[in-house]
Amino acid sequence: MDFFIIQAFNGISYGAIIYLIASGLTIIFGIMDIVNLAHSAYYLLGGYVAITVIGKTGNFYVGILCGMAVGVIVAIAMERFFLRVLGGKLLAQVLITAGFYFFFEDLCLAIWGGDPQWVKAPQYLTECLICGTLTFPIFRIVLIAVAVGVALGLWLFIEKTKFGAKLRASVDDREMAQGVGIKLSTICASAFAIGGGLAALAGILGGAYLSVYPAFGFEILIYAFVAVIVGGFGSLRGAFVGAMFLGLIDNFGKALFPQLSYFSLYAPMAIILAVRPTGLFGRAK
Amino acid sequence: MILGFVGLLVLLIILPHFLSRYLCELLTQALILSIVAMSLDILLGYTGLPSLGHAVYSGIAAYTTAILLTRYHASFPEVMIASLIVVTIVAALFGLLALRATSHSFLLITIALTMLAWGLAYRWTSFTKGENGIAGITRPDLGLPWDFRVAINFYYLIFICFSIALILMWAVVKSPFGKSLLGIKESPSRMQALGYNIWLHKYMAFVIAGIFSGFAGVLWVYYQGFVSPVDLEGIPSLEVLLMVALGGAGTLFGAIIGAVILVFFKSLVSVHMERWMMLMGIVFILTVIYAPEGISGLARKVYNRLRHSGQSTELPVSKSSM
Repeated sequence: MDFFIIQAFNGISYGAIIYLIASGLTIIFGIMDIVNLAHSAYYLLGGYVAITVIGKTGNFYVGILCGMAVGVIVAIAMERFFLRVLGGKLLAQVLITAGFYFFFEDLCLAIWGGDPQWVKAPQYLTECLICGTLTFPIFRIVLIAVAVGVALGLWLFIEKTKFGAKLRASVDDREMAQGVGIKLSTICASAFAIGGGLAALAGILGGAYLSVYPAFGFEILIYAFVAVIVGGFGSLRGAFVGAMFLGLIDNFGKALFPQLSYFSLYAPMAIILAVRPTGLFGRAK
Repeated sequence: MILGFVGLLVLLIILPHFLSRYLCELLTQALILSIVAMSLDILLGYTGLPSLGHAVYSGIAAYTTAILLTRYHASFPEVMIASLIVVTIVAALFGLLALRATSHSFLLITIALTMLAWGLAYRWTSFTKGENGIAGITRPDLGLPWDFRVAINFYYLIFICFSIALILMWAVVKSPFGKSLLGIKESPSRMQALGYNIWLHKYMAFVIAGIFSGFAGVLWVYYQGFVSPVDLEGIPSLEVLLMVALGGAGTLFGAIIGAVILVFFKSLVSVHMERWMMLMGIVFILTVIYAPEGISGLARKVYNRLRHSGQSTELPVSKSSM
């Protein structure tokens, strides 16, 4: 029973990180039909910048703000200057975002080196909550809380605000939205800004418990993409469910079948896709 | 175009005599990878299916070959047949899954399927030796009078395999089947209205492309003498995609050009620059912005402009027949 609880807890906290990245991915994909392979670059940059800033100022929250700011700026810049001109041409998107990914991963390697580094969280966050025989790191509880908070926040933003309505309209039918007078450029920029900011946040929080190293960008990107595939494109609910599903299966798979651990992750994904190709909550595009 | 084809083959035949052993081995690598790239071109350039998981077939073939060679001491023909059978089965299975989706979803599913294979290679250590990879593979002993450990001999063996693959793939794309693939890429609805079974065509293209990629995988193991999970990762698949895009999708030769350029670029630039990966990223970006149809596209534009200078500025409507 203990094993089950601990693994579930670990799985959910990992799922929380994946959700933060997957949510941005699914928004970007839903609105702009862009498969952003560079998304994890925001994760890396956010984490690394936070490490540097925390190193210089000693303040965790300033680090978070700076890291997220960098993520947002880089994301918006990428969208504005490079991706906007490409439209929906898939091959072009893949190549250019992959190019950016290589560029940023190597940049991080050049600036910060290849050794894993940790974001230093404040003392009170690194303690543990002890319940009987089980120990729960407070940081992970906070992480899960943040993910749930973000999920709720995004839901409120998208369902209840006027801007959110415009965002939804752009996802449903881009041309009609433009025809009604919605400024697509703002919407696209915001999609990237949200995605970039959240991915950077994921990088900072993830960097505290998983460490940041350049190659991790690719690893976490795959997880985020699988979460989006399983959950369904353009669906935030799907991203959340997909991320949690992935985190749980990954943890249980690794704990129960170490030799088949990655297989136990991708095989259920393949089965879900065989049954529902657009993902659990996705819509056919 | 036949002239270009023959010219290329002649060039490839005489070139190694002028190259150092190192460059000769690089060219061998380029030829092997160009087989993978050409097979991806069938999928991407001719059928319009953007697959980001194409290296998985060469990787699986590589592992099959490596395991058979090191554990069961199989011979070259046995290894080739076994690997091709395995790859066909895998491609058939993966195709069933991947083709349930279109464009973006298809792309992501191919990535995920690659990771599935990678995960097995990485973690199923009792079978695949995991991260250590499988080493100790020597050049094939075909009972012929040439020692294939000599770079130039091995090059010619690979060149023969490459030519066979090239001729076969050429036959596929020039056949009525290949033409219908082009039609499907241009307008699936129209083809469906004409009565073609779109799914079956795509599926067959998928499996055929996988088989050729597997063929290259067998050669790759002999070349490298070693196989590891890295050969199944996302990066090789991305590189193959870049090769096709760099050279020009939809023209088999583009894939060859792209492969040669990328292999030489990677090896020669990484010697001088530590930040070669950043440069590669920039190459990706610049290719998309300035040469969206790749080098063969640029070449075609230049050729057309030269041909029509002095005449009216109207460019021919159809692609030059290849």
